[in-house]
Amino acid sequence: MRQRHEFHVDSVRYLDEHGHPLDDLPSQASDTERVLAAYRNMVLTRTFDAKAIALQRTGKCGTYPSALGHEVIGTAIGQALAASDVFVPYYRDQATHLLRGVTLQEMLLYWGGDERGSAWQACPQDLPVAVPIATQCCHAVGVASAFRIRGEARAVLCCVGDGGTSKGDFLESLNLAGAWHLPVVFVAINNQWAISTPRRLQTGAETIAQKAIGAGLPGHVVDGNDYFASVDVLDAALARAHAGKGATLIEAVTYRLGDHTTADDATRYRDAEELRRAWDRDGVKRLRLWLHDQGLWNADLEQQWQAECKERVEQAVNAYLATEPEPATAMLDSLFETLPAALAGQRERLASRSGGGES
Amino acid sequence: MSGPDLRAVTLVEAVNLALHWEMAHDENVVVLGEDIATNGGVFRATVGLKEAFGYKRVMDTPLAENLIAGTAIGMATQGLRPVAEFQFMGFIYAGMEQIVSHAARMRNRTRGRLHCPLVYRAPFGGGIHAPEHHSESTEALFAHIPGLRVVIPSSPQRAYGLLLAAIRNPDPVLFLEPKRIYRAVTQQVDNNGEALPLDTCFTLREGEDVTLITWGACVLETLQAADRLAAQGITCEVIDVATVSPLDRDTLLCSVAKTGRAVIVHEACRNGGVGAEVAASIAEGAFLDLQAPVVRVTGYDTVMPYYRNEQAYLPQVGDIVEAVEQVIAL
Repeated sequence: MRQRHEFHVDSVRYLDEHGHPLDDLPSQASDTERVLAAYRNMVLTRTFDAKAIALQRTGKCGTYPSALGHEVIGTAIGQALAASDVFVPYYRDQATHLLRGVTLQEMLLYWGGDERGSAWQACPQDLPVAVPIATQCCHAVGVASAFRIRGEARAVLCCVGDGGTSKGDFLESLNLAGAWHLPVVFVAINNQWAISTPRRLQTGAETIAQKAIGAGLPGHVVDGNDYFASVDVLDAALARAHAGKGATLIEAVTYRLGDHTTADDATRYRDAEELRRAWDRDGVKRLRLWLHDQGLWNADLEQQWQAECKERVEQAVNAYLATEPEPATAMLDSLFETLPAALAGQRERLASRSGGGES
Repeated sequence: MSGPDLRAVTLVEAVNLALHWEMAHDENVVVLGEDIATNGGVFRATVGLKEAFGYKRVMDTPLAENLIAGTAIGMATQGLRPVAEFQFMGFIYAGMEQIVSHAARMRNRTRGRLHCPLVYRAPFGGGIHAPEHHSESTEALFAHIPGLRVVIPSSPQRAYGLLLAAIRNPDPVLFLEPKRIYRAVTQQVDNNGEALPLDTCFTLREGEDVTLITWGACVLETLQAADRLAAQGITCEVIDVATVSPLDRDTLLCSVAKTGRAVIVHEACRNGGVGAEVAASIAEGAFLDLQAPVVRVTGYDTVMPYYRNEQAYLPQVGDIVEAVEQVIAL
């Protein structure tokens, strides 16, 4: 028998659980400003996350999906993307959104039931949060196609969860990215749980990264709690996309340290010991320990930055809570560019009723 | 100025003509779908586009309707104006989540930051002896979706003008092409790039006694029925709805106010069809003008039969004549 094809999937990791290098660090580690900015963003994300959950618990925010455990890979993505690239998120990408310029107040508005929370000012071409699982993958290849058609050296980065990799949208999009040689990077954020369904029930494949092989793409596994490994793999994949060399799939392995959303209770299906072990691998702590070892961070700086984050989040919460709801007529005003005559009567009715808010 | 560029074309040729015009005049227009580039489409609707505009703008996709629907959305959010073809409406359902949950909502959920100026084209309807899953008319499923326009041409001229309007429209349009009349009629079309209005019914014939409301391929049988009834001294106002959502109720209500009678004709099955929305609108807006109940002539509430029995399912000229005679008698 003749061997037709063989493939390999590499796995990238630089730091152990104590922040000690396992190998020579990639060149990104020497850019201390970038590393410090990354760490600060992780702490800000975590501070925001805790506050958003608290707001939901006290009836001041709607159902909210915690990003706990996603801060490292999310931050690495935000740093790797160029401003002119397009980010296509799913719904646990708060760390990335912050680096794209989405404001804390906008994120609160979105999860607090206000469409203006997706009217992002800073990154107008990024796609909004995608709640229907994996559907955003198809948009990502469409955006990448637009860049290719216009001959623009821009790239697209699309996030999807491990559960999302079971959907046709993900596989169809990978397939098109290979067939059309598109400038897109897919990051499957494998946090081990799709609500209550563990990763092993999503696929019999040993890795998610190897799904790339069938689409004719390279696939890499990266420790998504290892900042240096994440930026290294992401920078390479985006450089490849920018150079017109095609798409990449990255499986970023992490752990969902929180519930699926505030409407979920993971203690119903998840072992406490597994969760404890996952906290040992926490990537935020890991980077903090490395920064300490390098003399770039200390307890005072930590305290100052924590206070700064709390202050920023408090300000955003106050602004969010002080934001009046849109007039009810807004539900029709953005449906089409111009309201069809057929809907004029319905708009009049909304405007005339209490809460119509017509001034 | 040169004179008019008049062409005698069929409906499907008019679609092709409109695509050529718009691709030549707007570089943001791109076309994608299964077998549409090198093959020119299974009905030849996209023939010649690849040769004229290149493979970059005329794209054969993998065989995945969900992907086609979603890829067009991604393109549209970045300023392209994609025209995506579903080879048959019977295969559109794989793309339904993308159409309903994203294309129709993008502008609203980003408060206008992003929008989807795209057209989904799909041949639909029965009457051409096609295999299973190739003959359904499920426009009502999509007419129910806020944020999505559903447009159905019924002649070469309207196919040309309405498709241009759909492509130029800044919001998503589902453009359903009645394949039974793809080649049934040849009409002079002036290839001048002039669009027809969306969201507007077309009154094809004025009459005094009854309003016949229809769209798509059934326009042909309805006009034939009107001819037959004219011979009996009954004058029918025939309205091609054309944009089945959002519905131009004003034109329909004005006509019914004049005639006092309405017969709705559509090929789709009856239950929950667009005809029900038309009838309810007439009941709400013209009840006191009515001299007879509103009557529907439609397909049956069953699975579209295979082709040996498709004529028994489809509304026939005689069915329409009979319905009119029934309401006139009241």
